[in-house]
Amino acid sequence: MKNKILPFSVIIIFGIIFFIFYKGLEDSKIYTPDVNAKKEIPVFNTKEFFSGENVKSSSIFELDKVYLLNIWSSWCVPCRQEHPLLMNLNLENKLNIIGMNYKDNLKNAENFLKELGNPYKEIFIDLDGTIAIEWGAYGVPESFLIYNKEIIKKYIGPLNQEKVDEINLLIK
Amino acid sequence: MKFLKLFLIVIILFPLSSINAEENDTRNKITKNLRCLICQGQSVYDSDSEFANSLKIVVDKKLQEGFSEDQIYEYFKTKYGEWILYDPGLNKNTYILWLLPILIFLIGGAIIYKSFIAKK
Repeated sequence: MKNKILPFSVIIIFGIIFFIFYKGLEDSKIYTPDVNAKKEIPVFNTKEFFSGENVKSSSIFELDKVYLLNIWSSWCVPCRQEHPLLMNLNLENKLNIIGMNYKDNLKNAENFLKELGNPYKEIFIDLDGTIAIEWGAYGVPESFLIYNKEIIKKYIGPLNQEKVDEINLLIK
Repeated sequence: MKFLKLFLIVIILFPLSSINAEENDTRNKITKNLRCLICQGQSVYDSDSEFANSLKIVVDKKLQEGFSEDQIYEYFKTKYGEWILYDPGLNKNTYILWLLPILIFLIGGAIIYKSFIAKK
C-alpha cells in the first residue's frame, strides 16, 4: 500500500501541473486593457493649444455634459485616418470634442488642423506625455467618452465608423 | 585657502551626488518592475517607446514629490491595472502562482521524508 501512494501522488501532482500549464497556454498573451471601467477624470494643469495660457482640467470638463477627449498628434498617421470622423461628429453637435495634443511640434500641429480642419472645441497640450499617463492612456490616437466628469468608455487606437456608431448610441 | 575651498566644494557636492544616485537606483528599480504595455515583453526600463519614456518622466516626478516605491506602484495600478506590475500581488487570479511552489515543496518534502528518512 505504501509503495503505491508514492507513484500515485506523483502522477496526481504532475497531472495538476500539466492542467494548470495547459490552461495557461490557452490564455491570450496579448494584453487587452479594460475599456469599460468607469473612472473619474484626473485633475491636471496644462496649457491651451492656441493661446498658450494655463488651464485647469476642472475648467475644461463640466458636469452634466458629454465630452469626447481625443488624444492626437500631427506625426501620428492613424490620427489622419480618424480625423474626418471627428469632423463629422463635431458637425452633429451632440458632444463636445476636446483635443489633447500629444508630444507634438506646435507648428506641425497647427498645420495639421489647417489642412484637415479643427473639430475640437478646446485643445490643450501634453508636451512630455505625462498627462496622457494620468488619463491611463496607451498612446495616440486614443479617445475617452466622458460624462459627469467620469470616463464612460475609452477607445484605444483610431476611431472607425463602428466605434462612432457606438458613441452615438451611448450618448443618446 | 585654496584647499579649504576645494574641501568645501567636495563636501557640498558629495552628498548631493549620492542622493541623486540613490534616486536613480530606485527609479531604475521601479521602471524595471513596470511592464511597457504597448511593447509586450519589455519593461519600461528597457523600452524606448513614447509610452515608456513618458512613464519614466512620471516616475521621476512622483519620486520628487516624495512618493514611496509602493505608492508609485499603487498609482500605476489604479491607472492601468495590475498587469502593469511584473511582481503581482496575491489575489484570486494569482494565488495558484504563489501557493503552488509551496505546495509542491511540502508534498515533495513529505514524499522524501516518507520514503527515505522514515524508512530508517
